[in-house]
Order: sequence, then structure tokens, then C-alpha cells
Amino acid sequence: MSLWNKHAIFEKNSIILSVGILIVVAIGGLVEIGPLFYLKNTIETVGGVRPYTPLELEGRDIYVREGCYLCHSQMIRALRDEVERYGHYSLAAESKYDHPFQWGSKRTGPDIARIGGKYSDDWHRAHLNNPRAVVPDSVMPRYGFLADSPLDYRHVREKMKVLRVEGVPYTDEDIAQADADIKAQSSPDDTAAVDALDKRYPKAVAHAALGGAATPTEQDALVAYLQMLGTTVDFKLYDEKANWR
Amino acid sequence: MTIGEMLGIVLSLGGALLALYIASKAYTAAYAFHMFVFALAGFGGAFLIFKRYSTRPAFTPQEIDGRPNYNYGPIKFTSLAAVFWGIAGFLVGVIVATELAFPDLSMGIPWLNFGRLRPLHTSAVIFAFGGNVLLATSLYVVQRTSRARLAGELAPWFLVLGYNLFIVIAGTGYLLGITQSKEYAEPEWYADLWLTIVWVTYLMIFLATLWKRKEPHIYVANWFTLAFIITIAMLHLGNNPAIPVSLFSPKSYIVWSGVQDAMFQWWYGHNAVGFYLTAAFLAIMYYFVPKRAERPVYSYRLSIIHFWALIFMYIWAGPHHLHYTALPDWAGTLGMTFSIMLWMPSWGGMINGLMTLSGAWDKLRTDPVLRMLVVSVAFYGMSTFEGPLMSIKVVNSLSHYTDWTIGHVHSGALGWVGFVSFGALYCLIPWVFNRKLYSLKLVNWHFWVATIGIVLYITSMWVSGILQGLMWRAYTANGFLEYSFIETVAAMHPFYVIRAMGGGLFLIGSLIMAFNFYKTLASPEEAGAPEAKPALAAAE
Repeated sequence: MSLWNKHAIFEKNSIILSVGILIVVAIGGLVEIGPLFYLKNTIETVGGVRPYTPLELEGRDIYVREGCYLCHSQMIRALRDEVERYGHYSLAAESKYDHPFQWGSKRTGPDIARIGGKYSDDWHRAHLNNPRAVVPDSVMPRYGFLADSPLDYRHVREKMKVLRVEGVPYTDEDIAQADADIKAQSSPDDTAAVDALDKRYPKAVAHAALGGAATPTEQDALVAYLQMLGTTVDFKLYDEKANWR
Repeated sequence: MTIGEMLGIVLSLGGALLALYIASKAYTAAYAFHMFVFALAGFGGAFLIFKRYSTRPAFTPQEIDGRPNYNYGPIKFTSLAAVFWGIAGFLVGVIVATELAFPDLSMGIPWLNFGRLRPLHTSAVIFAFGGNVLLATSLYVVQRTSRARLAGELAPWFLVLGYNLFIVIAGTGYLLGITQSKEYAEPEWYADLWLTIVWVTYLMIFLATLWKRKEPHIYVANWFTLAFIITIAMLHLGNNPAIPVSLFSPKSYIVWSGVQDAMFQWWYGHNAVGFYLTAAFLAIMYYFVPKRAERPVYSYRLSIIHFWALIFMYIWAGPHHLHYTALPDWAGTLGMTFSIMLWMPSWGGMINGLMTLSGAWDKLRTDPVLRMLVVSVAFYGMSTFEGPLMSIKVVNSLSHYTDWTIGHVHSGALGWVGFVSFGALYCLIPWVFNRKLYSLKLVNWHFWVATIGIVLYITSMWVSGILQGLMWRAYTANGFLEYSFIETVAAMHPFYVIRAMGGGLFLIGSLIMAFNFYKTLASPEEAGAPEAKPALAAAE
């Protein structure tokens, strides 16, 4: 049959075969990924989402380093039981400053997209040190070593500059103030400093650092990150119909 | 000395010095360690090139007595590396599985914790074990089916050693906490750049060997390998663009964010399955099954349809990892639709592989190596049926985030990728080392021990996954959620124990294989070419 013979052109010429392969495998990705960058309804309009404070950013880097995303999702699906268990379903806008995203793919532990504010700092510390001390059936590893490791934030400004290049709206002031902001977020008693932080990072919560304000531990940073997850959007004000079309 | 050798020495030394310079200014000790490893590799590379130059013959003939002078050196290296990495990867898998059943096993030691060991397991089995199997088989198959010696003399060695250097950097990085947290693409920016160089070399060697071919047609196995190399390059570049914090920092931030990054990730992630773990291993099927069964491929036309349909449709399937999330619904629907359609080319390929045994089914009784290859194709059929099922939105709403996914992956990874790799290695290692396989009886033992392990693994994960999914959505008569999250975790314990036992059996099987290869290599070389005559045991 003649049609089958035509395939010989691919079988006899490696370059034609290679180009054919490249065209065929490129199409799916172009169609599925391309529009996400320009269709307006991909990321809904919603107030409150802000970049991470320097301390939260360092905490997030520790979250990534320890592979927390392998057992904890940060993506509440629009299903009845998930919304009742974890809170409002996750919005695309809530992870728009996440480089990379931390939606996860497995819930060996619960979703933590809205863990922020649900437990006290002390609970988080006890839980990180020994999860089974507060949740007897937990299978989470112990992360006590984070409390003993001083946070190395010497390069936080460089990190923020890279993220700014990638589209996270850090201002010059944010970057210049990074060290002071870490100190402010670690000393809740210094209300003036915390207020100044709050002006640039709305709803930022200060946490008494175990390591002291000047030398917070890695656990302090991680707790600051966990305690802000899912807290920035005020869902009393969120109008989901505004994004319908 | 050739220009290539001089260039190789200069680049190796230059790279080593650059690495030492970066190490001297590194932000973290872990990064300095990695740069020392690179420097060591650079100095070692320059030394090896010089040593080879001083002992090699002036001229390597392309043919000897009218037969191609096949280059088996890099194949010997990668086939043995595959056995080593396989055992390492399976062992780490058993450890992480046991940690989920007994969490204090890690004793709170950072590099023993699940979060750092899990990427080590996945990368060790996929990229270290699977990758070395693919390098070994693809470099063998392209030479034999082209009747030409592998292109380049230094390049193939750069490819196999450079690839394994990438594995070492990636694996030690996870233990030290260096990861960019993109599943199956965890290595940081400098490892990614190194892999890109290695991968381009792979493509060039493969194409240049095809250009030297004495056969008019490119054999079907090579189409699949070529699609694998090209597509993995595309996926790697699309998923990994990142800006490092500094040349002296291991940390980088991916340029994509949020929903777009999620889509890129699963476009990459699912096609790492589609092209790394499927298309490339189908190339093994298309060469080793016919060869071992001594029968031609069942249908040439089916292989054409299988090839183009598979590579076209697989790319679309990624969004089924993101149903009901913040990814727009239209993308998920597209992903689901193509995932279901993908069932057809997948089973077309399975049928083409299985039916190749037409007229040779009796060999399944006598040849455990062929049995391993054929059962791998059967597992391929099973997991490519289960996959489309799980991509359907309503099914996925239950299965997603649960162990069902883990079970599904392992029916493909252990049953298909593992068995087809073992089968290929049982063929390949005796062929390239010119030895007779020590014991078919031990192959039989490997087959049954591993098969029982797989059955324990996937059935326990089916039960735990579906059970947990149902518990999460269970409501009481009064309309409250019936179970707290931790109750569903506690319910998983017995299944996690069974899963670890299944993984342990699979590991034992691979140790039996390693012993078999050790005895094979310890035996004297055979005269003549052994490829043509697989030894058969008596039927039992």
C-alpha cells in the first residue's frame, strides 16, 4: 500500500525523523501551557496576596530544602470534603509569587495551604521537634535539628533581587530593609518595628524567636512561613462571582 | 594526539580550575563539596584521556574482517552501573517505605529523613538505574541495528561518565538539602546545566552513529530512543529555567511561578514517565523481545501507528495531575481526554510486543529471561490501562493525593521498567562481556521473588489508597466529616508494613541478579559470538 511506503522517508533520514518528532511532541505543550500566560481568567483578581517577608522567604527555603512538599500539599481542591476539612479552596492568585509552586502531589500528611494561624507557635515547635508528642499516630519525621541551627540569612537580599527579576514585586526599600525586617518579625514586643513591617507586608505576624531577634533559628523561620500560609486573602471580602465570565 | 583529546584535556583542566575557584567562594559547605567533586572529575578526566592516549593503538578500525568493530566499553560500564544503582535505589526505597511505617527509624537525622531520602530513591531508580540501562541498551542497539561502530571514541565515555557524575551530584545534593523541589527534576541549576551538556552529547553520538549506518532503514527501536532523547531535552529545558542566587550559591529560583509552574512541572513530570520510562523502554522491547524470542516484530504497521500516536498524545496528558486545582478546568479536561485516548497506542504497543511471541510461546516455559521480558509488557498493559482510568476526573478526585498513585507508579516502575530492564541486562551483559549467563535457575528465582514483591506492593497500595480516599470524604449521618485526618493516617499502618515487605522482596530479587552477574563475569570468556544462541533450560 502506497501510504505505508511514504513512511520510509522518516526511516531513511534521521534529520527528517528528528524534526518530525520535535514537531509532534511540541504541539501538546504549546496548546496547554501557552494560553496560561495570557488568558486573564487563569489567575483571578483578588486582594491581599503579597510577597513573602524575608523571614518567611527563608522559612520557605527550608520547607523546600527538607522536602516537606513530598508529604504535604498546598492545594485545596474545590471538593466539598476538602473545603470543609481545610478551608476555602485554593486560588491561583495565592501561589502567584511561589517560585517554584508548592502544590504537592501526595497527602501523607494533611494539606497545609491554610495552616497559618490554626495552631500556636508553641504547638508548631513541639510538633516539629517531635510530631508524636502532640499527634501520637503521626508518621512525620522529627525536625528537632532545625531548632539548633541558626538561620543563615546573609544572602536574603540576593534572593529577593532574583525573585524581583522573576516578577515578585519587592521594592528597593523591601530589599534594603531585609535584615531589619527579619529582626522586626522576630521581636513581637517591638511594636513600632512590627507596624513598619506590616505597612509593607500586610498581615505579617511577628513571632518570638527562640534564637533571639538577631539570631533566629531555622525553626523560627519555618514557623513564620507556616503561620502565614493561606492567611493573606480575606475570604469575607472575596467575591468569586467577580471572576466569572 | 588528536584535536579531540587535546580539547578534552584542556576543557577538563579548565573546568576543574573553575570548580575550585567557585568552591573557594561557595556560600555553603555543601556547595563547596559539590565543586570539589566537579574538580576531582575534571582532573580525573584529563588524566584518563592522557592515560588512554599513551596506551591506545594509533588507529581504531571501523571494521575487522568485514564485521563492524562494535564499541562495547561504555556499554559494559553502564550495564554494571545499572546493577549497582538499581540495588542502591531499591534499598533506599525499602528504607523510606519502612520509615512511613516506623517514622522514628530516621532518628531525626536530617539526611535520613523521608523528605531528603525520597528524591534520592526516585532519582536513583529512574535516572541512575533506568538511565544507565537506557544508555547501555540504546548504545548497543543503535550499533547493532546500524551495523556500525559507535560514533566518536572519547564522546561515548564522556557521555556515560558525565551522566554518572550528574547522578552523584544530584543524589548527594538531596542528602545535603540541595533541591529545587520540582518532583523528578530536583537537581539544582548547576547540575541541570551539566546534564544539558551531557544530553546534547548523547543526541550527537546517537545521530552520528545513525549517519554511519550500513542499513538503509533506521530500526524502530531507534525511533523510540530518538524521540526519548529529543523530548527529554525539550522537557528539561522547559521545566528547569532558573536564576541562581549567585554563581557561588547552590540555590536558585525557577522563573515560572504558581499555576504556570504547576503546568510546566506536570507537563515535564508526566512525560518523564511517557518518554523516559515508556518510549525509551519500548525501544528495549522492540529489540530484545524479538531477539530473545527469535521472531520478527509482530506488525511493522502497528509499530508506525504506535510510535507516532504515542509520542503525540503523551505530551498532552500532564494536566491530569492537577484536576480540581487552581489550574483552569479546560486544561484538565484536555489532559484527561488525551490520557484516555492514550490507552489505544499504549495497548497497540503492548499487543505488538506480546504478539511477537507468535509461534514461540513455548519458550516462556524454558527461558525465564524471555518470561521476564514478556511479563514486563503485560505489566505495561496493566498500568497503561490503570493510568487512563485514574485520569478521569471523578476517579481522580478519589485517587489523587493517596497511595493509589504510588501503587500505580510502582506497577509501571517495578513491573514494566524493572522487569524489562532486568530482562535486557540478562541478555546484554553476557553478550557484551562474551560470557555465558551463570544460571537460568537463579533468573527464575529472581523472577518469582520479585513478582511476589510487586503483587504485595501494588495490592497494599490499592487498598490503602482507596481506603484513605474514601475515609477523607466519608460523612456521618448528621453531615459531619467522619474521620479526622490522623485517623486515616493510622489506618494506613498495616499496608505500609506490607508495602515495605513487597519492596524488600523486589530488592532481594535484584541481589540474586547481582550474584548471577558476578558469577557470570567470574567465568572464562566464551569463544565465538554468543548473541545468536540463548541457552535454554529444560522445562520443569
